[in-house]
Amino acid sequence: MSLLSNATALLGKELRTEFRSRELLTTTVVFILVVVVLFSFTFDPGSNESRRFAANLLWIAFLFAASLMLQPCFLREQNNDTLSALRLCVADPFAIFAAKLTANTLFLLLTELLMLPVFSILFNMPVFPVFGQLVLVLFLGSLGVSIVGTALSAISAQARMRELLLPLLLFPLLTPVVVASTYVTVGLLDVAPFMEWKGIGFLAIFDVVFLTALWLFGEYLLEE
Amino acid sequence: MTAPAVSPVGIRFEDIDKRYGGLYALRRVSLEITPGECVAVAGRNGSGKTTLLRIAARLARPSSGSITLLDSKKGTIAEASQTGFVAHATMVYDELTAEENLLLFARLLRITEPAVRAQTLLAEVGLADRQSSLVRTFSRGMRQRMAIARALLNEPSVLLLDEPTTGLDPQGVAWLAETLHRMRDAGRTILMSLHGESEISALATRAIRLEAGSVLADTQTGGSLHSILTFAGA
Repeated sequence: MSLLSNATALLGKELRTEFRSRELLTTTVVFILVVVVLFSFTFDPGSNESRRFAANLLWIAFLFAASLMLQPCFLREQNNDTLSALRLCVADPFAIFAAKLTANTLFLLLTELLMLPVFSILFNMPVFPVFGQLVLVLFLGSLGVSIVGTALSAISAQARMRELLLPLLLFPLLTPVVVASTYVTVGLLDVAPFMEWKGIGFLAIFDVVFLTALWLFGEYLLEE
Repeated sequence: MTAPAVSPVGIRFEDIDKRYGGLYALRRVSLEITPGECVAVAGRNGSGKTTLLRIAARLARPSSGSITLLDSKKGTIAEASQTGFVAHATMVYDELTAEENLLLFARLLRITEPAVRAQTLLAEVGLADRQSSLVRTFSRGMRQRMAIARALLNEPSVLLLDEPTTGLDPQGVAWLAETLHRMRDAGRTILMSLHGESEISALATRAIRLEAGSVLADTQTGGSLHSILTFAGA
């Protein structure tokens, strides 16, 4: 119970600070918009080629956005050493991770949902007939990105060259998530859309495995 | 106003070493701080005062040796949550208001009636009229008052203070001295790092001097509070 109540209190803090400053959401939305617009110039909208590669480009854009969004996740806690205050207060340090990865997932999902209509227009690809399925893959993919990214953010925040370290660690580890998410999204954006349940299953397993690892070993990532 | 009595908790440092790479921050430190003692730790910059306090708060793990908080009444090991810590950094969020900060930490500590406790502490530290202001708009002294309020939220049995007068004006120092006086009289154990003598050091019942990570002097083994706190080279 204390884990849940602590995580809820911390999630409230994460949401309040972000919606008060809107630093992360604004920069990430602008960044991802620029990336999607630039990618849209690469292909003729609506062509077969565009249909084949659009999902890849979309997930690469999401990955770039995630690395930008996840960077300050634990860095912010270093300004006034608030991470130490949290460690003194919470009985289970996983509450800190649970709150942060939930907030990161929500912010990523929000960014992605805002970007979908833009993507649909620029790539001339109707996303609304498969909106529900897309939200499912976006959720599972974003959750995987957030779990790994939050853990790596805790590691990189204590390191030198932290700005370079996070993407260097993040991109290789997230390759399976991006590949599986892209695989499912390609099917959903097909002329005759279909759901690749194998990909969804893989994403769900990835999320469960990494979440369990974070629950078991996360405490050590917060130590000095 | 008197501080509520608490379960007496002592601190035992046993042969503590703390290394950062090849550098020793603490070297073979053994100390027994009995419940209710008010101990001032003095020493030059880099002598290991902050490391000692962070190990006592369980924020840093010793490279070797052990640290134990002992609840002398129950005869059991006390929980880390019985500790209140005022560090160099304020450990509060700039983007939250004073009230939101205290409410957040009070909820994390599972304090009953967190809003009442937050209001009481804000009034005690003299920030009641600024409770709705963001902490980023506060002066250094006001932030330090917030840091002290946060550390007192759970009415800790052990209070760890790392140069607690930083940024405080004379009124703030007087208020802190009075607060610590009440806490000491209520049986709380206080371990604080200080520079030289002040209103705060006058509260100490024992002084320890650290030098290059080792205990150089301790009033328990000889020397006066004055000589340890004003040691040449401080």
